[in-house]
Amino acid sequence: MGFAIFLAAWHLATAVLKVPIFQKIPPPAVVLREWFNPEPFFGVSVYTSLYYSHIAYSVYRAYTAFALAVLLGVPLGILIGWNRTFKEYAFPLVEIFRPIPPLSWVPLAILMLPGTEPPVIFVTFIAAFFATVLNTLLGVQSIDRSYFRAAQCLGFARRDILLHVVIPGAMPHVFTGLQIAMGLSWVALVAGEMIAGKRGLGYMIYDAYSMVQIPTIIMGMLTLGFLGFFSSALVRVLGRRLMAWRSY
Amino acid sequence: MSLYGGLRIRNVGKVYDPEGIHVVALQDISLDIAPGEFCVVVGPSGCGKTTLLNIIAGFDTLTSGEIVMDASTLTAPGKRLSPGADRMVVFQHGALFPWKTVLWNVTCGPVLQGRLPRAEAEAQARDLLAGTGLAGIEGQYPGELSSGMRRRVELVRALMNDPKVLLLDEPFRALDALTRSVMHEHLLKLYDLARKTVFFITHDLEEAIFLADRVVVMTTRPGRVKKVIRVDLPRPRDYRILTSLRYGQLEEEALEAIHEEALKAFETGERELA
Amino acid sequence: MLRMVRSTALWRGVGGIALFIALWEAASLLKLPFLRFVPAPHVLFASVVETIQTQAYWSAVVISARRVVIGYVIGVALGVPIGLAFGVSRVFKGLFFPVFETLRPIPPLAWVPLSILLWPTMEQTVISVIFLGSYFTVVINVLGGVETVDLRYVRAAFSMGASRWQVFWRVVLPATSPSIFTGMAVAMGLTWEIVVAAEMVSSIGSGQTGLGAMMWQAYVGGVIPLIITAMVSIGLAGLLFSALIWQIGAFATRWRRLV
Repeated sequence: MGFAIFLAAWHLATAVLKVPIFQKIPPPAVVLREWFNPEPFFGVSVYTSLYYSHIAYSVYRAYTAFALAVLLGVPLGILIGWNRTFKEYAFPLVEIFRPIPPLSWVPLAILMLPGTEPPVIFVTFIAAFFATVLNTLLGVQSIDRSYFRAAQCLGFARRDILLHVVIPGAMPHVFTGLQIAMGLSWVALVAGEMIAGKRGLGYMIYDAYSMVQIPTIIMGMLTLGFLGFFSSALVRVLGRRLMAWRSY
Repeated sequence: MSLYGGLRIRNVGKVYDPEGIHVVALQDISLDIAPGEFCVVVGPSGCGKTTLLNIIAGFDTLTSGEIVMDASTLTAPGKRLSPGADRMVVFQHGALFPWKTVLWNVTCGPVLQGRLPRAEAEAQARDLLAGTGLAGIEGQYPGELSSGMRRRVELVRALMNDPKVLLLDEPFRALDALTRSVMHEHLLKLYDLARKTVFFITHDLEEAIFLADRVVVMTTRPGRVKKVIRVDLPRPRDYRILTSLRYGQLEEEALEAIHEEALKAFETGERELA
Repeated sequence: MLRMVRSTALWRGVGGIALFIALWEAASLLKLPFLRFVPAPHVLFASVVETIQTQAYWSAVVISARRVVIGYVIGVALGVPIGLAFGVSRVFKGLFFPVFETLRPIPPLAWVPLSILLWPTMEQTVISVIFLGSYFTVVINVLGGVETVDLRYVRAAFSMGASRWQVFWRVVLPATSPSIFTGMAVAMGLTWEIVVAAEMVSSIGSGQTGLGAMMWQAYVGGVIPLIITAMVSIGLAGLLFSALIWQIGAFATRWRRLV
């Protein structure tokens, strides 16, 4: 229902009333026509392989960066949350780097890493990494003290506590963090692609912008919105599967 | 009758944050618990009973005095024996690992300590669970069970570890009164089988008298031993004892002492620390 | 203060950072390919000292800060009421939330090209993108806050004879205030990230140079210590601004400490 109102308002503002501030924005009909056009005017539509090529590049980068962030971020978060000594050495360092916006790593990333893909993936990784570490850390800290005490009574060795208490206990928070990290990955990725990429949805949008192909811009934006939403949902579903014990 | 788990609590004191707010939680507590005795400590909220339990369990240290278990020092100022299976604790809000099955929860102690091979531990666990009327739930997660069932599983978990002392921290507090009375009988049944030393804390006087060999009434903060009452009701006990003459006499004896403390705690508005 | 100096945590933290800087210095000396263009710590330090004494640096800070504040304030001013509306009115939510949720995942950066076409000046473009970033965050947090208000408080108020309006002002709003401030703090942190991005993308042809633009120009011009200086400055600014909001929020919700 709300969609209808939004579309109606869009249509109204651009096609009917021709509100001047919106004059460069095409009405929804134009966008849809282009999007589903077998012979798209500007070269990109559901029917062109170029569209899917852009999507594939973006997806590859986003998911690769995300995977790296998880592989590195979760263990680090657990270590910081669980081991006080390690936390005292490592956490200040993490907290110094964390506020630096992922985007601002772009120039440095380009200078440090070879090729065109690694810098974009690195920037995306940074965004997902810090969110993951923080949420994992919070997850470990949120585990009720009683569980640790029970483990002590039961004669758990430190390794057992890590495996059977810390990791499973932190999982709910970790997965919340992963959903957030996934969302952030997409945000960072788009920015990175706009600035430094060739191919990918961010690049597609920027390219369309520079050639004033506005329907394509909107296509790109909406595709991104959908992919971002879908990716987060994927993480959420995975989490629900892995934590079958959360039946209540 | 268990020969182990005798506790000698001598002049134990506990002060939190001595340089700062200086809260005296326990003051000069002395108590002897015989091996196999069911000892219940009653007192108002904030009186320090949980602190005492934590000290015996090894989660916390004391600032003065000492506790000896079976002729070896358990804890003294500056020295603390880490928590272990010899002093199993059953927690107030339950500490069954929600992410593991009932079977895993019950068998994890002996298996991870290396005392029993997994197959044998599981067989023993199934027996014990069946013995308490919980057959068939081994594969379920704690989240799927009722709170009464979870408590029973936690008791089984504790007993599987063959402790010298069983420490129960208001374990039935979160249950409704009806479930609680059934759990009392259930606990006594288990106790009669193994006769382990039990250290049970609660704020419920009725519960205390029903379960105990001896009831220890504590004062409000700073916690001291106010009165010790020997409960000479015969075992095995069931709910009908609650209306017997002897029970009424014991309750009367204890009530005056504890009501006075309850009033004091009410007036000062103590908040629980531990 | 003395307690702090004696605390091991502090020294370990310093130690960790010192170790990192030492490794960096060593890697620079060894001329590792990875760090070919990255300056050694002592070079960087000298550059930073020099930069913060220039007029250009501080005017860049002010320019970026101004954009952040304007976009943020508008985002909060619109976001809080709409978030509350979503939470309180099922009708309103049913109508407009789906659209909102579809637009929300769109990265702020992706709005930039569209915004450039929409707004006459670059300044407005940047501010509008910042607005979007803070707006979505605030709404989501406020909505979450409203939805998790303990129903018992609401019921208690109604049973004491409160009108719907009174329940809203005296119960729902205060109960939601922690979430409102959390949303505001998170959004503030976000806006600094967005301002960088927005400035980087639109730095060609915009009149005034904010920190993000300065960083990009430093990159293009090959003045690498300046890049890092800008990066760290932005991070610091984001930290300080959100810390400020956190403090305001903590003060406004002091009752939380006691609950």
